[in-house]
Amino acid sequence: MQYIVAGAGPAGVVACETIRKLDKESAITLIGAEPEPPYSRMAIPYLLSEKIAEQGTFLRKTAGYYEQLNIKLVHNRVTGLNAADNSLQLDNGEQLKYDRLLLATGATPINPPIPGVDLEGVRHCWTLKDAREIAARAKTGSSVVLMGAGFIGCIILESLVKRGVKLTVVERGDRMVPRMMDDTAGNMLKEWCEDKGVRVLTSHSVTAIEKSDPLSVILDSGERLHADLVISATGVRSNIDFLQQSELETDQGILVNSFLQTSHPAVYAAGDAAQGRDFSTGEFTVQAIQPTAVEHGRIAAVNMVQNNCLTHQGSLNMNVLDTLGLISSSFGQWMGVDGGDAVCFVDKTRYKYLNLQFKDDVLVGISSLGHTENIGVARGLIRGQLALGKWKQRLQKNPERLMEAWLACSMGIA
Amino acid sequence: MQKALLIDPDKCTGCLQCELACSYEHEGVFNPSKSRIRVFTFHQEGRFVPYTCTQCSEAWCQQACPVDAITLNADTGAKEVSDSACVGCKVCTIACPFGTVNYNQVTGKVIKCDLCGGDPKCVSACPTQAIVYVDADQTGYEKMRQWAKETDNNPAASA
Amino acid sequence: MSWTGKILRVNLTEGTVAAEPLNMQWAQQYLGQRGLASKYLLEETDPKCDPLGPDNKMIMATGPLTGTMAATGGRYSVVTKSPLTNCIACSNSGGFIGAEMKHAGWDMIIFEGCSPTPVYLYIENDQAELVDASEIWGTSVWHTDEWLHNKYQDPLLRISAVGRSAESGCLYAAIINDLHRAAGRSGVGTVMASKNLKAVAVRGTLGVGNIKQPERFMQVVNENKAILAANPVTGQGLPAYGTQVLMNVINEIGALPAKNMQEVQFDGAHDISGEAMHEPRKSDGKPNLTTNAACFGCTIACGRISTIAQGHFTVENKAKYWGNSGGLEYEAAWALGADTEINDLDALTYANFLCNEDGYDPITFGSTVAAAMELYEMGVITDAQTGGVAFNFGSAEALAKAAEWVATGEGFGKDLALGSKRLCEKYGHPELSMTVKGQEFPAYDPRGIQGIGLNYATSNRGACHVRGYTIASEVLGVPVKTDPLVSEGKPDLVKAFQDATAAVDSSGLCLFTTFAWDMTNIAPQIDAACEGEWTAEKLVELGERVWNMERQYNMQAGITRADDTLPERLKSEEGAARTGPAKGKFSEVEKMLPEYYEKRGWNEDGAPTDETLNRLGL
Ligand SMILES: Cc1cc2nc3c(=O)[nH]c(=O)nc-3n(C[C@H](O)[C@H](O)[C@H](O)COP(=O)(O)OP(=O)(O)OC[C@H]3O[C@@H](n4cnc5c(N)ncnc54)[C@H](O)[C@@H]3O)c2cc1C
Ligand code: SF4
Ligand code: SF4
Ligand code: SF4
Repeated sequence: MQYIVAGAGPAGVVACETIRKLDKESAITLIGAEPEPPYSRMAIPYLLSEKIAEQGTFLRKTAGYYEQLNIKLVHNRVTGLNAADNSLQLDNGEQLKYDRLLLATGATPINPPIPGVDLEGVRHCWTLKDAREIAARAKTGSSVVLMGAGFIGCIILESLVKRGVKLTVVERGDRMVPRMMDDTAGNMLKEWCEDKGVRVLTSHSVTAIEKSDPLSVILDSGERLHADLVISATGVRSNIDFLQQSELETDQGILVNSFLQTSHPAVYAAGDAAQGRDFSTGEFTVQAIQPTAVEHGRIAAVNMVQNNCLTHQGSLNMNVLDTLGLISSSFGQWMGVDGGDAVCFVDKTRYKYLNLQFKDDVLVGISSLGHTENIGVARGLIRGQLALGKWKQRLQKNPERLMEAWLACSMGIA
Repeated sequence: MQKALLIDPDKCTGCLQCELACSYEHEGVFNPSKSRIRVFTFHQEGRFVPYTCTQCSEAWCQQACPVDAITLNADTGAKEVSDSACVGCKVCTIACPFGTVNYNQVTGKVIKCDLCGGDPKCVSACPTQAIVYVDADQTGYEKMRQWAKETDNNPAASA
Repeated sequence: MSWTGKILRVNLTEGTVAAEPLNMQWAQQYLGQRGLASKYLLEETDPKCDPLGPDNKMIMATGPLTGTMAATGGRYSVVTKSPLTNCIACSNSGGFIGAEMKHAGWDMIIFEGCSPTPVYLYIENDQAELVDASEIWGTSVWHTDEWLHNKYQDPLLRISAVGRSAESGCLYAAIINDLHRAAGRSGVGTVMASKNLKAVAVRGTLGVGNIKQPERFMQVVNENKAILAANPVTGQGLPAYGTQVLMNVINEIGALPAKNMQEVQFDGAHDISGEAMHEPRKSDGKPNLTTNAACFGCTIACGRISTIAQGHFTVENKAKYWGNSGGLEYEAAWALGADTEINDLDALTYANFLCNEDGYDPITFGSTVAAAMELYEMGVITDAQTGGVAFNFGSAEALAKAAEWVATGEGFGKDLALGSKRLCEKYGHPELSMTVKGQEFPAYDPRGIQGIGLNYATSNRGACHVRGYTIASEVLGVPVKTDPLVSEGKPDLVKAFQDATAAVDSSGLCLFTTFAWDMTNIAPQIDAACEGEWTAEKLVELGERVWNMERQYNMQAGITRADDTLPERLKSEEGAARTGPAKGKFSEVEKMLPEYYEKRGWNEDGAPTDETLNRLGL
């Protein structure tokens, strides 16, 4: 049996490891388009803030790790798929045959449609190569404009501030992390950042970037900002362009069933590239987060080896974010559901926010600021769909007692 | 045979000796807020519930970690955090459905139970034997593990 | 070095908070908690001041071992001038707030002045602020606790608060922490309320890390934990029955004061004993006791967690009392039960819940109720005062009503809130008040236990068992058994207990450890943790220094030899014990007193001689 995994990010690596665990004999090839050993994009912010060196971003750290598992690592780009013939096309012209294929090619940042995004000095923050260029330009005292205060934007924000740059953030939405927080929380986050000396312009967009030294960034308000570096973090889309000639069905990402199998039975998809099931809504979406990539990778691999024995119940959308020391998180349907109810605790002066969303007596979503203790239990409660009984009322009074609610309901304590 | 912590909340008096022993062992400070084990008080019901990582076989924390900072100690079965590798991204803290990995804002790393390398200090500190260290398959955590399987129902790969 | 080296000074008049260094020289002489706070009080205030005026200060203090892993290392003390006794007050409490204060980085909080409007103090590590408390003023401790927890959404916030009794001027109001632990005696809560300070809420996440010899400390701590576990009192009796283990024992030796101390035994003792708390109730088949509970770091866990049967007359239709809360300890069960001759365990538990809910001392409260009952049966107090409630001995209804009145300061509760001394004076029978220096007795009768009577008479905070718990020796045989019925040798015994206790109370440890430990167990724990050299001898001397300093404070406040005595009832033939092993006995306190003064190095007026003061460095 020949397994090929295209994409050497977390989804791809976990898939290879899982295959190897279940099948000690077969050949496994892992193909990545980037020159570095498989690494984690998520670790890039910590590379930028100099908490780690490049090796610190590597997904696996032991020397000879892939050889030991007898996983063949190929650095090349997949340019085409011929599903009918079980073969892949590589950039170097090579053709590879597979029995089972996993597409875990991740996503790519999108460019906002404005003049000047191609200029030198305008970067994404997505690959190690990007990181090196950002590090070279984002020096103490230099001016940086960050386009987009979404989840990824906010994470990079922290490392840029740690590098000592003068930072301006421009976000089209009316608050920070609009897809993770409501306006109260999103604006508390904004105030927090402003308090720490970051200029945050929400409800604004960049209309053009002009070449000059430094660059000129023109806003919809007409304001002109000078920038040694502009970082664009305005969203991502799945890497599926190379599938255009294949018959594989795609939409936002590669379409899969609940075994993470694509429209072609020998081909599976996982991670940012796949449009997988969302636990909360049951709909198929691209979540583009690390835990989902890993979960996909593992489940897809099991199904590739053991013939669709494992159903993917859907991944829970969740995020955790550290913005200059203020930690926020969101889980599931943090925005609430029809016919559900909620409790929201807000303490603006102490930057505390906790919002719980219920459907009947089951927790369906959470968003929080400044709460970190035992926060994972939110996942346990939501995924476990635990009936809260009298604890719902208690939580409505004291949302912070989440862990107690969990213990009480899961262990029959009270 | 690997051993595990077996917790019997009925025996617990809420004295927090376990939290003190744990924080002292790992941080050199008597400081419950840095303990890997936490005792929860149910005042109305008159109950105390000590709770920590079960070293669950799914190890959600380990899987979610983007930089391989959580690894299995083959001798004890503990999932251990490597401080040098942990970047403090906190993804494990939202991935563990039991809420037993916590972020330590002072060090910028996460903390979780490591079974003290096989000599659990909470066990020796507990005056009531509410926490004991026994062969893994006896533990009351089986129930929790069971739950973990049912909800995410993808155990095969980690079996 | 185990001290944080930091004091928080809160000026309530100005509304300011400021950090200042701890006087480390004093720390070497007075250790912490009771000793060190008393030193600050003596240095900074005039002992003649009005206890409820702005010139009095109130100090909350931890000991060097508070917040460490030393078994029972969670204590804190409140030191101030008492409105009940006009003497120095030092009330000691467990629970969790003491350790939390320490973990927030503070050895002590000194409150001075008086706030123009109600406030509470919020502390999060090194941040402290006074916050408007108008929304919780006029509410109970329990409500305040809930309100603060809701406001901050932090289950680990530790709270000390005063209730409505304190606000309405009850002279024996307590400061309740962690819902049902109390700095209970001498009206320290009254002082707090007089300052318009409703609560102190603390969150500390810094911990205690500066132990002098960490490895040695852990070793001695573990050795001494093992000693507590092996000891029958601290390892078995107290965890199983709490201090209530004593009810039957003390009744049997004929030293359980009853009926406002007219009797020395109570027929209903078993019904309200620790054993009875384990027995299933007739009403609902459940025992009164749910579980035992520990204070911070305590490996004994004598605390009681109890319920009241939902159908009991005291809590019918009152769901808020149906859950678990702090149950009866021996002193409370005695005062609320034996002294009033009430044998209804759930009714006592109810009164005890109210004592916690609105913060007042169950010992003084129960004794005051007992005095009022005696006055009622004499016809001095009538239905006109009690609003028609028959105030007879044995009436659980009367007790429940009284507890409700004192909680809120309503009706006859205003009289009861005076304490028995002022109540009996008001009704023209001062001789019926069972007090020393204005403070009521605890649960051991000086007729049947001679040493404890001398301790009561000389205790620096008025009648009190935990200033010199000679019961350990006279009843339990710790460290050696002495005969409770004889007065010979007791002055020495009392002095030894008083000095040792003053040292324990200054360390951060709980006095109950001394059932199993003596100074040679405690000294190495302090020595391993703290700067300086700490031997058993040094600690005993420190205890004696503290005792003499407190005496100096009291003498400056106006206390004289005449105050070192017991009520007539206990020291005269007419009042002699009528039943039991002590039958015919009365307290020989007057005989013991001169010898006690001599052993203390005090002159015949009870004043420390210059030589004594010099020897102790005072
Ligand atoms: C700066 C930053 C911070 C982030 N922070 C978080 C966070 O805090 N939490 C979180 O949950 N998520 C975070 N993410 C998102 C997270 O990193 C991704 O969801 C995750 O990496 C997805 O994993 P993947 O394996 O699906 O794809 P990727 O990690 O993108 O890996 C895709 C792999 O495929 C390769 N590839 C792509 N196209 C081809 C091709 N045609 N042929 C061969 N190989 C190809 C790539 O080179 C790469 O090796 C962050 C991302 C970034 C950029
Ligand atoms: S921290 Fe949580 S996920 Fe990790 S091993 Fe422990 S219980 Fe499992
Ligand atoms: S085994 Fe060790 S690390 Fe785990 S909770 Fe106990 S003391 Fe803490
Ligand atoms: S040491 Fe034991 S009794 Fe004390 S809190 Fe921990 S588990 Fe409970």
